Amino acid sequence: MSSLSLSSGALRRGGAAVLRLLVAIVLTLAGLLVVTFFIGRVMPIDPVLAVVGDRATEEVYQAAYKALGLDQSLFMQFWIYVTNVVQGDFGRSVLTSRPIVEDVLHYFPATLELATFGTLIGVCFGVPLGIQAAVHQGKWIDQVARFIGLLGYSAPVFWLGLMGLLVFYAKLDWVGGPGRLDVAYDDLVDPVTGVLMLDAALAGEWEVVGNAFSHLVLPSAVLGYNSMAYISRMTRSFMVEQLRQEYITTARVKGLSERRVVWRHALGNIAVPLITVIALSYAHLLEGSVLTETVFAWPGLGSYITASLLNADMNAVLGGTLIIGVTFIGINLFCDALYRLVDPRAKS
Amino acid sequence: MKLSTKILSGTMLAGVSLAVILTGALTAAEAATPKDTVVMAKQIDDIISLDPAESFEFSGSEVVGNIYDRLLSYDFKDVSIIKGQVAESWSVAEDGLTYTFKIRKGMKFHSGNPVTAADAAYSLHRAVALNKSPAFILTQFGFTKDNMADRIRAPDAETLLIRVQKPVAPSFFYYCLTATVSSVVDSKLVKTKDVNGDFGNEFLKTNSAASGAYVLRSWKAKESYTLDANESYWAGKPKNKRVVVRHIAEAATQRLMLEKGDVDYARNLEKDQIIGLASNKSVVMDTGVKGSLMYLGLNQKNPILAKPEVRQALKMLVDYKSIEENILKGTRTTHQAFLPKGFLGALNETPFSFDLAKAKELLAKAGHPDGFSITMDVRNVAPYADVAQAVQASWAKAGVKLELVPGDGKQVLTKYRARNHDIFIGDWGPDYQDPHTNAETFAINLDNSDTTKSKTLAWRNTWDIPDMSKRTLAAVEERDSAKRAATYLALQKEHQATSPFVVMFQQIEVAAHPATVKGFVIGPSFDVNLYSQITK
Repeated sequence: MSSLSLSSGALRRGGAAVLRLLVAIVLTLAGLLVVTFFIGRVMPIDPVLAVVGDRATEEVYQAAYKALGLDQSLFMQFWIYVTNVVQGDFGRSVLTSRPIVEDVLHYFPATLELATFGTLIGVCFGVPLGIQAAVHQGKWIDQVARFIGLLGYSAPVFWLGLMGLLVFYAKLDWVGGPGRLDVAYDDLVDPVTGVLMLDAALAGEWEVVGNAFSHLVLPSAVLGYNSMAYISRMTRSFMVEQLRQEYITTARVKGLSERRVVWRHALGNIAVPLITVIALSYAHLLEGSVLTETVFAWPGLGSYITASLLNADMNAVLGGTLIIGVTFIGINLFCDALYRLVDPRAKS
Repeated sequence: MKLSTKILSGTMLAGVSLAVILTGALTAAEAATPKDTVVMAKQIDDIISLDPAESFEFSGSEVVGNIYDRLLSYDFKDVSIIKGQVAESWSVAEDGLTYTFKIRKGMKFHSGNPVTAADAAYSLHRAVALNKSPAFILTQFGFTKDNMADRIRAPDAETLLIRVQKPVAPSFFYYCLTATVSSVVDSKLVKTKDVNGDFGNEFLKTNSAASGAYVLRSWKAKESYTLDANESYWAGKPKNKRVVVRHIAEAATQRLMLEKGDVDYARNLEKDQIIGLASNKSVVMDTGVKGSLMYLGLNQKNPILAKPEVRQALKMLVDYKSIEENILKGTRTTHQAFLPKGFLGALNETPFSFDLAKAKELLAKAGHPDGFSITMDVRNVAPYADVAQAVQASWAKAGVKLELVPGDGKQVLTKYRARNHDIFIGDWGPDYQDPHTNAETFAINLDNSDTTKSKTLAWRNTWDIPDMSKRTLAAVEERDSAKRAATYLALQKEHQATSPFVVMFQQIEVAAHPATVKGFVIGPSFDVNLYSQITK
């Protein structure tokens, strides 16, 4: 009897938590929608221009104006948009003349691929670099790490990308050029997930996987360098603080090896803030990096949203913003789950 | 704690292995492009549709021009020579109203359907009925949704009869039939793709139903398009099997890909790349003069700019020569009249050059001996921003303080179209090869009110010209070519001297390619940049 009431109580608590979460998600997305919509409508760009161009006659212009619903009041336009969205209709993009959902499904995986590799590179190099810098505070290794970090922060991504192309693509021939594939490999693999390497692997086209990888390495390294700079600096400062704590001194007095002290005790204690930093950096890359995408002709979400914004094509901008919003929420939830794994205090 | 350490050390391990992969022997695939495939790097993100009745952007017309045949075409070396494409012969009746076209025999669409006069009639009907951006090129001859069945008809498979509203110079009508909006579509195929009476518009946005040298294989917006050769093309099969055009936004990236051998043509090189490639002996530049004109529009709403002496002075304060040599470098040439070089009646004289003393004199006469302050709206991209800065510097010498207001393309255009600018800098390209296309916008403003139906460039700059408008309109009806050319010459001279337009430069299109690749035809208009003769 008692165990039954306990589990139903837990169920209720769980249900309430899910409900709270849902409400939070809906509120966040609704807020995003309202702000983006109204900012879009007050921009000094005529949305009809993107549809009919500069040469259309007044008659053609007026027809497009009406078709876009611009003759309605702002609130009416918003209402129509929201009702459509609720029914799953996000409208069409002016840029691609495709439904927004199709566009997002096409561009987002390209960004996802890039951001994931970028973050992997950032974490794999940034965390060890930060730790070494903290352990050898003030020594040459710390100076080198600082220099690398500063360079990653301050060098414009645009320049870094072009230099990378010049050296590793044009001169050394180590990596593939701009775009996601060589022309010879175009259209060999049908898109399933949109993540090219995964699709090619699923189809068993290993040459395509290799080619896609050779195209992915450089842009993700450029993005990864930037995020490595951030992650290494943050890791260093978290570590420096931990290494000053008394429990570290205690551990050392107890005769634990330095490796164990640093990599298990100190690093374990900075896991939570570190995960937050990594997640933020990942989320930032998932928004799409317009400059990197431009230099590498990478058909990602960032340049799609930017180009749409400059066309005042609000359907596309809103669709893109919503998917970014959902991604942010998803990453936050994932982090919350990770905290529970790495921090015993969060388990209860 | 243990778990977290595991996770983190796992990440480290992944890091090390990734590092090994990254720094290891990474060899890119063989760089050369496939032998029968021509690959181009180009900015193609302006394409929004490949339906000939709708496409009206530079890149879109190039694609449509390679896929579709039109009723007529013209000689690229001498634009005044009209040539038949789908039409084998053409004539106009004495009254100047009825045109008869005989359709070329034995032509087939990609689908295998024969090309008939009914297809040609249907194509013009759908362009008029859809009434998209380029439709005015046809509707200016009086065709409407209601009268088109009567005015444009095919009494038999080989004859197309078209009756225009009023007599015009026949060449004017013929040139309009060379525009992409007059492309002949496969009516049998398109009719099967009609959705809710859209004349197959949705289908044709991303598919082709044509008879031209290429078949559209795919178009991925903002990424690439691929064309396959039409092996049974009536005018001879293309010399290559496939053309792939990739969207590469950055000129510097385009250059890298060209030198690396990953593309055969780089289409949007700017000054820096052109200079940089000059020393590379294995790269050759093809050039072709295009109709686009770069100009300044001086809004006559501004009382200072409304003074004739000020307009004259500002035209003399632009350092055309130095801008052409130092900023535009082979991508534009100085041209100062509203009809581009190569057009019937084009005025090629360039009376203005930088003359500080004369300009100062004129400004003093206008009551501004110490100059004045004014703003200019500028697109924040090359070459507009650079040219605007050069203008700013040379105007400053006469005391004219020019404040540059940068903005994105559409933003600047929105302001210009609402007549809220002082000075606008931008381009205007002709819509078809007849002089009327530019004359209409630069020299006609029949109603200067805010509610007018016709918002020409003259209107946008609040230039009220009832008399010049009438003469410009009359030029369209002149059926004698020599007389017509003389009228345009006179109009341009007057326009050059008095108008609020500082016409500065005409575009030169540049396509860089390896010396081993040949045959790309850069025609006078964007829809006649042809791929079919390219070999490598």
